[in-house]
Amino acid sequence: MLLCGLAVLGLLVLIVYELVLHSGPSWHAFGFKFFAGHDWDPVNEQFGAMPFIYGTLVSSLLALIIAVPLSIGVAVFTTEMCPVKLRGPLSFFVELLAAIPSVVYGLWAIFVLIPILTKYVGPFLARTLGWTGLFTGPFYGVSMLAAGIILAVMIVPIISSIAREVLMVVPQHQREAALALGATRWEMIRVGVLRNARAGIMGGIILGLGRALGETMAVTMVIGNNPQIVKSLFAPGYTMASVLANEFSEATGTINRAALIEIGLALFLVTIVVNALARLLVWTVTRGQPSRVNV
Amino acid sequence: MSNLATTPTLRVASISLRRRVTDHVMTGLAIVTVILVLVPLFAIFAYLVYRGIGSLNWSFLTQTPKPVGEAGGGMANAIVGSAVILFLASLIGVPVGVGAGIYVAEYGRNRFGDAIRFTADVLNGVPSIVIGIVAYSIVVLAQGHFSALAGGVALSIMMIPTITRTTEEMLLLVPRALREAAYGLGIPRWRTTLSITLRTATSGVITGIMLAFARVAGETAPLLFTALGNQFWSVKVNEPTAALPLQIYTYALSPYDDWHRQAWAGAFVLIVLIVTAVAAVRFAVRRGTFGAA
Repeated sequence: MLLCGLAVLGLLVLIVYELVLHSGPSWHAFGFKFFAGHDWDPVNEQFGAMPFIYGTLVSSLLALIIAVPLSIGVAVFTTEMCPVKLRGPLSFFVELLAAIPSVVYGLWAIFVLIPILTKYVGPFLARTLGWTGLFTGPFYGVSMLAAGIILAVMIVPIISSIAREVLMVVPQHQREAALALGATRWEMIRVGVLRNARAGIMGGIILGLGRALGETMAVTMVIGNNPQIVKSLFAPGYTMASVLANEFSEATGTINRAALIEIGLALFLVTIVVNALARLLVWTVTRGQPSRVNV
Repeated sequence: MSNLATTPTLRVASISLRRRVTDHVMTGLAIVTVILVLVPLFAIFAYLVYRGIGSLNWSFLTQTPKPVGEAGGGMANAIVGSAVILFLASLIGVPVGVGAGIYVAEYGRNRFGDAIRFTADVLNGVPSIVIGIVAYSIVVLAQGHFSALAGGVALSIMMIPTITRTTEEMLLLVPRALREAAYGLGIPRWRTTLSITLRTATSGVITGIMLAFARVAGETAPLLFTALGNQFWSVKVNEPTAALPLQIYTYALSPYDDWHRQAWAGAFVLIVLIVTAVAAVRFAVRRGTFGAA
């Protein structure tokens, strides 16, 4: 048993050791410039990870912007508003979304989501929000926008199931107190429930972010895989995870492989920091004084 | 008497129009979010069933892929390949995961146990593609070629943290009194753990294993450069092996209609397998809790 416990610790050490060991050549060749460089040129052995870092951040943020309001809405509806009979099936369906493999999401995105985006959503966004500069240029479907949307669909179950759990442990007397003061149902939810559950919901959001940052297959299938930095969300991009998926098994030469593994190492470190942050946040807020109430 | 009867109407009237409208608007928005979330779910399932059943036939389940341009063929080798890889992954992942779970639950009420628990949570959040790189550098580089074994190692690394945490939770549900009764009869601690505690929590532990299994069954990213994929039959652990998710990925990105059709059929088979597993688990858990009560 102790051996198995040690194996879990050993796994983490092993992951770090292997990643650091094999990314060494790239680290020695480029140093910190690796993360600031814009060129990705395996032929001339010039490697800069900036376009991938940008793609990962933008697609994940886009996913959060779409998924957070949806997830909180679903969680609030299932815990506070819907008839008790609907509660079980509804959460079961939302959790079913989490059981779909990411490659199936990618398949669906290619053949269903992208045609809808190019036909209806793209022209609409260009007409109404074109002036922001985020929705301009030619739109062929494979794009940062498609990646953000499919990521959002994938992280909604994570955020909403954690938010639901958190909302359910808010003491019943908080709700009753708010109602007794004459609050409407929404005021009760805002003041009595959501305010108390902030920390946990934040933790769920950050866990969703962690999942979005590392998601590989669905994103690789729809983002267009083009290492460039463009402001418009209609343009194709590239993420850290998808460059690994596309190029790793065909990488030739030590430097090329090392550069890819260094991207993997960076991705690994970022997700660990994000997960640790989620825990720390929950810890500090739950240990702090009871949340202030100001209507 | 009349005073009491009028109180409710007075209270409702005292809520201003703005507050009432806000209340209704927010309720409406919550319903809209539920619809927005459920629409993709039903769209995915409906389209999957529609395209999947339409493309599924006997040769899909029994034949290997035909060369490019030739119609027909199937994914039999990928289905078998997935089974081989998942079997290898469970062979490594289940004993280690359950063992670690037992350790944390029964002997890990201390700093060291906390460290293992935290590590398992961290491992759970590691992107699957990174785990693929690690399996590549441990197994593929050592062997000199891609193999089913490397894929199995990658998936087992993903299973271990999940199984550890669920096993721990299930063991902690076993009442203390049961353990104390065993100690009271003079049964040594290790024997109590194995024959009393683990025995009692068996159904829960199996639930955890099935959930981990369902999770890795659809994983593609860690297999890309470990199992690699294969167009032909291969059941040898030492050779590059086809897997269902890999095959779906390759076919989805291909320009051929026939391959798209097969990708949908593959996705349908995969989903049916996973949903069956998850539903079986739900059923087993419900029966388990009734049994315990």
